[in-house]
Amino acid sequence: MLKVSTAPHFYSNIDTAHIMRDVIIALLPAGLAAIILFGLNALITIVTSVAGCVALEYICCRWWLKIKPTTGDFSAIVTGLLLAYNLPCNMPIWMNLIGCFAAIVITKIAFGGIGKNLFNPALVGRVFLFISFPVQMTSWVKPKLWDFFNTDVSTSATTLGILKHTDPSELDKIYQLLPSWSDMFIGNIGGSMGEVSALALLLGLFWLLYRRVISWHIPFYYVTTFCVLNFGFWLYTGNIIFEPTTQLLSGGLFLGAFFMATDYTTSPMSIKGKIIFAIGCGILTFVIRQYSSYPEGVSFAILIMNACVPLIDKTVKPRIFGTGRK
Amino acid sequence: MNKIKTFKIGGIHPEKFKISSDVAIVNAPIPETVTIPVRQHIGAPAKILVAKGDKVKVGTLIADADGVISADVHSSVSGEVTKIEDLEVNTGYYEKMITIRVEGDEWEDKIDRSSDIIREISASPEEIIKTIEESGVVGMGGAGFPTPVKVRLPDGKKVDTLIVNGIECEPYLTADDRLMQEYAEQIVIGAKILNKALGIQKAIIAIDENKPNAIKSIREVTRRYVGVNIQVCTTKYPQGAEKQLISAITGREVPPGCLPVDVNCVVQNVGTIFAIYEAVQKHKPLFERIVTISGDGIINPSNLRVRIGTPASELIKQAGQKDEIGKIIFGGPMMGNAAINIDAPITKTTSGVLLLQPQSVFEPESSSCIRCATCVDVCPQGLEPFAITDFVRNGEYQEAKKIHVLDCIECGCCSYSCPARIPLLDYCKLAKYEIRKKK
Repeated sequence: MLKVSTAPHFYSNIDTAHIMRDVIIALLPAGLAAIILFGLNALITIVTSVAGCVALEYICCRWWLKIKPTTGDFSAIVTGLLLAYNLPCNMPIWMNLIGCFAAIVITKIAFGGIGKNLFNPALVGRVFLFISFPVQMTSWVKPKLWDFFNTDVSTSATTLGILKHTDPSELDKIYQLLPSWSDMFIGNIGGSMGEVSALALLLGLFWLLYRRVISWHIPFYYVTTFCVLNFGFWLYTGNIIFEPTTQLLSGGLFLGAFFMATDYTTSPMSIKGKIIFAIGCGILTFVIRQYSSYPEGVSFAILIMNACVPLIDKTVKPRIFGTGRK
Repeated sequence: MNKIKTFKIGGIHPEKFKISSDVAIVNAPIPETVTIPVRQHIGAPAKILVAKGDKVKVGTLIADADGVISADVHSSVSGEVTKIEDLEVNTGYYEKMITIRVEGDEWEDKIDRSSDIIREISASPEEIIKTIEESGVVGMGGAGFPTPVKVRLPDGKKVDTLIVNGIECEPYLTADDRLMQEYAEQIVIGAKILNKALGIQKAIIAIDENKPNAIKSIREVTRRYVGVNIQVCTTKYPQGAEKQLISAITGREVPPGCLPVDVNCVVQNVGTIFAIYEAVQKHKPLFERIVTISGDGIINPSNLRVRIGTPASELIKQAGQKDEIGKIIFGGPMMGNAAINIDAPITKTTSGVLLLQPQSVFEPESSSCIRCATCVDVCPQGLEPFAITDFVRNGEYQEAKKIHVLDCIECGCCSYSCPARIPLLDYCKLAKYEIRKKK
């Protein structure tokens, strides 16, 4: 039996599941770092979150949308991993599952499933929990440096929290409280499980770039914009809160810039659009971190820029061959 | 050695499968009957000059160009015309075809059948164009645009560069590659002939990197000829597409809706150049061509010199077919078309016949677009196939037109690389069809 079809007759072997597999592999180092740093709690949170997301997606597809479940493309696993990485390790399981619900059901399936969501599901999950359960979402367990903690766990003890909530005139106290750069780099600091280890996240980034899952534009422009702004303000004001290396290595910047802002569905299609998007993320992260009451601004920045994506895609078009150039 | 060049926007790197590039060209046996379509080119079908029962020789004119954009058709065999009727060509459409029963192999007297290379170009520019016209030469890379129309420049247009397209960027195909390896000097002379016809001094033969032997043989010959140069290009699909090749070689971009001549270039495939050489120097009309027969369903992948009108099944017999076949493709796997009629004739534009085994036939099952932007990144024309697809799904063809769907060159890069396996190219083609229908 001869088959007929339209051209092309060849296809690349990269399909959606293949891409998601690569993203999962890229996320593994950060997960491993979380388990090493935070132990069993981290593992439990990751497993709960992934299982919750996959199960919800399956259930929704099967009995609500009545379509073939899209769990086979592994995108729910990616969402689950990212959501877990955005949580503190001692998050109660039931709260975690509420996060999964916000991510998969409200953000993804309600908008039509994979590819149709306007916002990054994992980030919506995180922000949902952050607003609903601010105490649990900011009680950071520290792997080693317990002395950074006050007895009151509701006081943030992340690097960014220290910078935000300590009087900038007491420089000695700040220096005493701040972790060393090497600790920040390997992740020996308080924070969400997946965001602490810059090293692990960089390994993941290299994998994504090597496998050409993402282009370098969004991580580069995001991080660069953010650093340049901090550097400028640091030079101008001399305030330690703008110190660029600390700002770079702390908080969710790397996790956000490498894995969340680069999410296909919620980032622009053209390279120019991606650059605008990334610069917007960088500026918003800077503004929220330095001038809002929150110590961290990555998730809000990316979500706000997510909302701008349709507008960016409408206005910024790739250059049509043979036009717009002499 | 000069720099390796390439086009700037998009492109993909499919697997090459050039398994037949070291297999020398051999003559395919002449079949018992040939069926020659009177339209093997873009434009109007040629007017049939013969009737049932007429005797023809190899090279006899059997159909005459009808109008400006049309091309002559010659008999590829000697024998008797037995039928003139509509038959199915490889695209699945029906075309008027002339069936000739083969008797012997008697050629028209004017054709020089010797293998001597004739280096002296004695014909005048006007004579050259006239000969090309009378020999039924069309673009042999696949589009089949009548060559005389390309060569006869419109008033006020000037050309400074002739680009000879030796880029065979489709997987599997090696017909042009072999032609350059074995007939390098003829191709260079062909380029000189066309230069003379166009009144220019500069010809560039573009070859992609993965053809070291062709590069070597062409380079050796170009050293002896002034005005013909070689340019090596990156192996990338669709490097051989006309607009992309011009941009790679000259840096000029053909604006939307314009022709290569608008940026002072003429592009001709090496197969066409070889046909021009044979037409002008050897008085031989275009009635045979090199066809690659390959694919994983073929036992001996080979390059055959085939008389136009030979049924594909004859070539498959010659090259040997493995047990089970899932798909037959006329042309390359990226732009060629799958045929169900195994007896469809080889035409002037058939560069290859590929047989794929059932396990190599990929049946994509599409899922939701994940907005990965791969289609945007790979489109060599800078289009947004995903957006075109959205418009077409809603029937908004005019919106698709606004985002330049008519500039689509149908290379298939988008469909090839879509991870959600959405047939993006089909949507683009549908939009083009619907927009043109409205006009």
